[in-house]
Amino acid sequence: MLSALLIATTASNVIAEELKLEKDELTFGFIKLTDMAPLAIAYEQGFFEDEGLFVTLEAQANWKVLLDGVIDGNLDGAHMLAGQPLGATIGYGTKAHIVTAFSMDLNGNGITVSNEIWKQMKPNIPVKNGKPVHPISAEALKPVVEKYKSQGKPFNMGMVFPVSTHNYELRYWLAAGGIEPGYYGPGSSGTVGQISADTLLSVTPPPQMPATMEAGTIYGYCVGEPWNQQAVFKGIGVPVITDYEIWKNNPEKVFGVSSDWAEKYPNTHLAVVKALIRAAQWLDEKNNVNRKAAVKILSQPNYVGADAEVIANSMTGTFEYEKGDVREVPDFNVFFRYYATYPFYSDAIWYLTQMRRWGQISEDKPDNWYHDIAKKVYKPDVYMKAAKMLVTEGKVKKEDFPFGTDGYREPQKEFIDNMSFDGKKPNEYLAQFPIGLKSGETVSATGVVKK
Amino acid sequence: MNKFIHILEISGLTWFVPLARLAAGESPKEQLRQLWLVMGIPIVAFSVFLLLWAQLSSQVVTSLGTIPGPTAVYTQAANLWQDHKYQREKSSSFYERQKARNAKYEDQGKTEKIKWRDYTGSPTYFDQIWTSIKTVFMGFLIATFVAVPLGILCGLSTTFNSAMNPIIQLFKPVSPLAWLPIVTMIVSATYVTADNSWFSKSFLNSAITVTLCSLWPTLINTALGVSSIDKDLMNVGKVLQLGWFTKVTKLVLPSSLPLIFTGLRLSLGVGWMVLIAAEMLAQNPGLGKFVWDEFQNGSSNSLGRIMVAVLTIGIIGFLLDRIMFTLQNLFTFGDKR
Repeated sequence: MLSALLIATTASNVIAEELKLEKDELTFGFIKLTDMAPLAIAYEQGFFEDEGLFVTLEAQANWKVLLDGVIDGNLDGAHMLAGQPLGATIGYGTKAHIVTAFSMDLNGNGITVSNEIWKQMKPNIPVKNGKPVHPISAEALKPVVEKYKSQGKPFNMGMVFPVSTHNYELRYWLAAGGIEPGYYGPGSSGTVGQISADTLLSVTPPPQMPATMEAGTIYGYCVGEPWNQQAVFKGIGVPVITDYEIWKNNPEKVFGVSSDWAEKYPNTHLAVVKALIRAAQWLDEKNNVNRKAAVKILSQPNYVGADAEVIANSMTGTFEYEKGDVREVPDFNVFFRYYATYPFYSDAIWYLTQMRRWGQISEDKPDNWYHDIAKKVYKPDVYMKAAKMLVTEGKVKKEDFPFGTDGYREPQKEFIDNMSFDGKKPNEYLAQFPIGLKSGETVSATGVVKK
Repeated sequence: MNKFIHILEISGLTWFVPLARLAAGESPKEQLRQLWLVMGIPIVAFSVFLLLWAQLSSQVVTSLGTIPGPTAVYTQAANLWQDHKYQREKSSSFYERQKARNAKYEDQGKTEKIKWRDYTGSPTYFDQIWTSIKTVFMGFLIATFVAVPLGILCGLSTTFNSAMNPIIQLFKPVSPLAWLPIVTMIVSATYVTADNSWFSKSFLNSAITVTLCSLWPTLINTALGVSSIDKDLMNVGKVLQLGWFTKVTKLVLPSSLPLIFTGLRLSLGVGWMVLIAAEMLAQNPGLGKFVWDEFQNGSSNSLGRIMVAVLTIGIIGFLLDRIMFTLQNLFTFGDKR
């Protein structure tokens, strides 16, 4: 079995015009999820070694421990939720200045509900050729939530972390269907974000999601792979929507380091980003030809460790919704296409708008505040420097990089509620939503306070 | 021949004593009966256990598949060995690449670029076993160095004994897992690691936790052994006007050795048990971490691998006990002091 794994790690002997590395023995943290792939590949394919880096990859117990590790210097850098560097820098939760010069991937999450809830939702979903029409809106869930509410039963759902992509995606989907997902504010229900909520969202670690749902503690959850497919395999739940359908090609994880670290070791930082760019390219090149090999590597016990076929399900471009309802989602995991690895300011700003929308940022902020924070955390100049070096070395193609961009994506329109997002105008974007904080509104322990 | 049999008895290899006697031609009938008793019955019993395990394991279905039977466990053990070899190959190819790189720099005269670095792959199963064994011995050694002197003092002086008694009674029943957070905090605060440190922090955390739990059996048994020395012996010491130190080395230690060794054997057993739990909880390198990681991975091989680890832990615990037993026999010469 393992002999097949012996992909000759041909660390190319063409050693790049080397950077003077300030530090060459590094330890990076990761969480056991499919999207840590760029780190594993950079290690296994020898891309780190090509840059003269000697890296140790260490699985971490949870997101909090991982972030603390980066802050107190036990870890040199880590695979992070996109919201973590932003949240830490503005001081939501733990306060520390974290920066990122590399986006790790796009998409990769799903929302799953238990069999019981699916049974009640299904009559509200339009059908075509005997199959539910996708994408499924949360409008189908609304009557179910209202029924529970009228019976005085709390409708609990799980997500993985307060500043996680999953939290914002789940809230976005619920709100787009007219369900109040709750606000963050003062007091004990404020810290968990359940003020005036129809659905009570709480934190559950990813690997425990299926078991928690099976036990009836939560009725549904939003999580990364392989934990949605796991629910199908175990026959305990049904994934209703992927995040690709909520917001096409949304940014998901980033590679974060502390700001001090980046200042102290600029060349090391560049070298790391170079290796990661090559890993991302390897993952997507020639129409995902390497994905099978990547799945094999990820299934090793020291990386993700789940069964290869479970990881392969999403990595190779299919997704199973209801049992037997397998659909093509070729872009379920994107690592390099569509400029996936470039740290766009607009991506950072979208997360900040969602923090404001749900009350994690308690006061109104002017547009330029959003731009400033994005520039404080996202470092595209480091990325571009690394990309230029790789182009010169002939390891990547120039057209794969957004040379000349101002760091803002074109306004994006492919959201489930057909809103459009222009990263240059965050406050204008926020004003569009029927559910969510408007300018001048704040949250008290009892609900939203109008101006 | 008798000498050989004596060695077998001392080292606890009593299984082979009848065989040796047979070879020497002593009353075959009697020896065969002995052989059946010491070898035959255990082997039959173990086979029955394996059969029952194989039969029953397939009845229990978990979300990770059925409980692995003996064959599945054997397969996983082979897999772990393959993994180990594969990692070793990777590591040696890394060193070869490094050598080639550095040789090239040498040729180009860029000597400042030559770096020698250790391989950074993940530890294999066998590395983890070795780590655990090292840790348990470290903890056990510290415990012995603390417990034996304290035990002797307790045994010699009733005053000291009553002083120590409440402390021993209070801390003896404490679970290692309760100590672990405190130990971790103290080690983190006081032990500063540099690149050339002897021990890593995680190693010390585990070892000290082992120490705190395996201290007590040795301490109590030593005190008991020392306090129950034949009074005549002590009186002889008084008549000869032996100094305190001579008294301890010539009289006290030799006569209390059997009990001290009983304590050490218990301590090592407890220490090994505690270590696995401590590694699991603190995620320190070792067999405990291996078990926890596999549990987290939740692949279809995980249960089989955990079972391999369980058996490994049992076998190593048994071997450690045998080693102590042999040492005890070597040092205490049965009843002839």
